[in-house]
Amino acid sequence: MSVLPASAPASAGPTSRIVVDDVRMQFVLRHNRSLKELAMAAVRGKDLGNTFMALDGVSLNVDSGETVALLGHNGSGKSTLLKLISGVMHPTSGSVRLRGRIAGLIEVGAGFHPDLTGRENVYLNGAILGMDEAAIRARFDDIVAFSEIERFIDTEVKHYSSGMFLRLAFSVAVHTDPEIFLIDEILSVGDEPFQRKCLDRIRELKDEGRTLVVVSHDLNMVSDLCSRGVVLQHGNQVFDGSAADAVAHLRSL
Amino acid sequence: MSARDLTAQPWTEPGRGSGLLDVVRRRYLLKLLVRKELRVRYRGSVLGLAWSYVKPGVQYVVYFLALGIFLQQSRNIEDFPVYLFSGLVVVNVFTEAFGNATRAVVWNAPLVKKIFLPRELFPVASVWVAGVHFVPQLVVLLVGALLSGWRLEVLPVLGAVLATLIIAALATGLGLLFGSLNVVFRDMENFVDLTNMVVVWLSPVLYRWDQVTQVVPAWVGVLYQLNPITVAVELYHYAFWWPGTRDTPATALPPDLLVNSLVAVVIAAAVLVVGQLVFRRVEGRFAIDL
Ligand SMILES: Nc1ncnc2c1ncn2[C@@H]1O[C@H](COP(=O)(O)OP(=O)(O)OP(=O)(O)O)[C@@H](O)[C@H]1O
Ligand SMILES: [Mg+2]
Repeated sequence: MSVLPASAPASAGPTSRIVVDDVRMQFVLRHNRSLKELAMAAVRGKDLGNTFMALDGVSLNVDSGETVALLGHNGSGKSTLLKLISGVMHPTSGSVRLRGRIAGLIEVGAGFHPDLTGRENVYLNGAILGMDEAAIRARFDDIVAFSEIERFIDTEVKHYSSGMFLRLAFSVAVHTDPEIFLIDEILSVGDEPFQRKCLDRIRELKDEGRTLVVVSHDLNMVSDLCSRGVVLQHGNQVFDGSAADAVAHLRSL
Repeated sequence: MSARDLTAQPWTEPGRGSGLLDVVRRRYLLKLLVRKELRVRYRGSVLGLAWSYVKPGVQYVVYFLALGIFLQQSRNIEDFPVYLFSGLVVVNVFTEAFGNATRAVVWNAPLVKKIFLPRELFPVASVWVAGVHFVPQLVVLLVGALLSGWRLEVLPVLGAVLATLIIAALATGLGLLFGSLNVVFRDMENFVDLTNMVVVWLSPVLYRWDQVTQVVPAWVGVLYQLNPITVAVELYHYAFWWPGTRDTPATALPPDLLVNSLVAVVIAAAVLVVGQLVFRRVEGRFAIDL
């Protein structure tokens, strides 16, 4: 991803990959959109009553090669934090800084289009995730082999079963070459054997020294996979420590 | 694996790119997005891309009958069939590019919300798709012009190239402007549809420029002439219609075409810059509002 160079964050160490510094994210819950409502809002001054802090002062420093589990109950702000790290959203205040290329797997298959064939989707998604044509071509066979859907690769994706769709999408994602992977809830894809394959592949990425931030509600799996755990509660960071302790903390909430 | 020392790697801020420049850098992705849009547009369609001949064809016949024959414009304007078509192709490519670019970000909401990409890619891809539909029309225009005595000359062809660039910049700039605002206020796409409906009447496509300037106050006439789409239409007349008809008095092009062209270039460039600036301003809201 071509991004402009930015100032170095204050709290960075020599091995820091991701530095999230005192980030707040505020959402407006109800949008004043109709002309009448807009006029009312203008007359009365901005209505601040219906804003909501999805993240309230979160700081995080992830080192290169670390595997961090982001835990928390529904609506605690995990996906929002990943979106801020991937650049899909910008924080209301605070800052996010990265070193290295990033692939945000906020949702598998986000860039897939049902009317394109599997093959076309592999190329399109490879390009979306930052690969160039040569790289996709070189990895195409691996991607298809990993997904195990060779026979259907020239079928339109809308005719895939949902598991097949997720297999192909996941397969493209884990064959890209970023230093940082953000993974949101995607390990629950596919059937049992494919899940195991995905986990093996993610362990491989980890062993290659890539940095992983993983969101999942499968607590046993994350405590096994990750070395570090961060727990969010109502947008506040309430725990940061070993993954096993983080899981214990979350269970006690 | 132990952590590596990364001191040499530069820090970046996620989600901050360099706008249209990034589109140039990621042209392979642009190409695939254009292909996707074309594919999706004609899914399950037997005629496919042939629709891009049929639609302007029907529109052309209607205008030709209603204006050329019933309202007798073909008596006022020499070689009316070529005159009409050379103006229509310009308006068609502009309205398609502008309308689709305005909707591009909203159409691609799943991507915009989940993966960071230079979002300018989406409006630019829409403009490009309009360009793909434009090429066959241009070929038809060229054939029609040849049949009416058109011959290749350098200056008129340069005029057509300039007009095409003006239209591309204008549609991209307006598409960035309204496409980004459309995320926040969906009213924009209706407004743009409305604008697109009147564009064909606000430029000398169905009539001659002096039929307007004769009846409006002088300053309105000046504004009318400075409309970049009017300029592009007249440049297309100059490129495809005038070479075959110049010997007759009724073919006079507007006298200030060169100056107007320069003004149009400046306007189109300014619109592009403003569109990009507004787009970057509003972009922060995309993932939140979509
Ligand atoms: N675009 C948005 N506009 C308004 N509110 C939002 C928006 N995105 C998220 N929120 C709110 O922010 C809060 C955190 O959402 P988020 O998706 O980060 O939760 P999460 O921790 O990922 O939950 P889950 O475990 O269910 O995936 C929620 O209350 C949600 O309603
Ligand atoms: Mg979530």
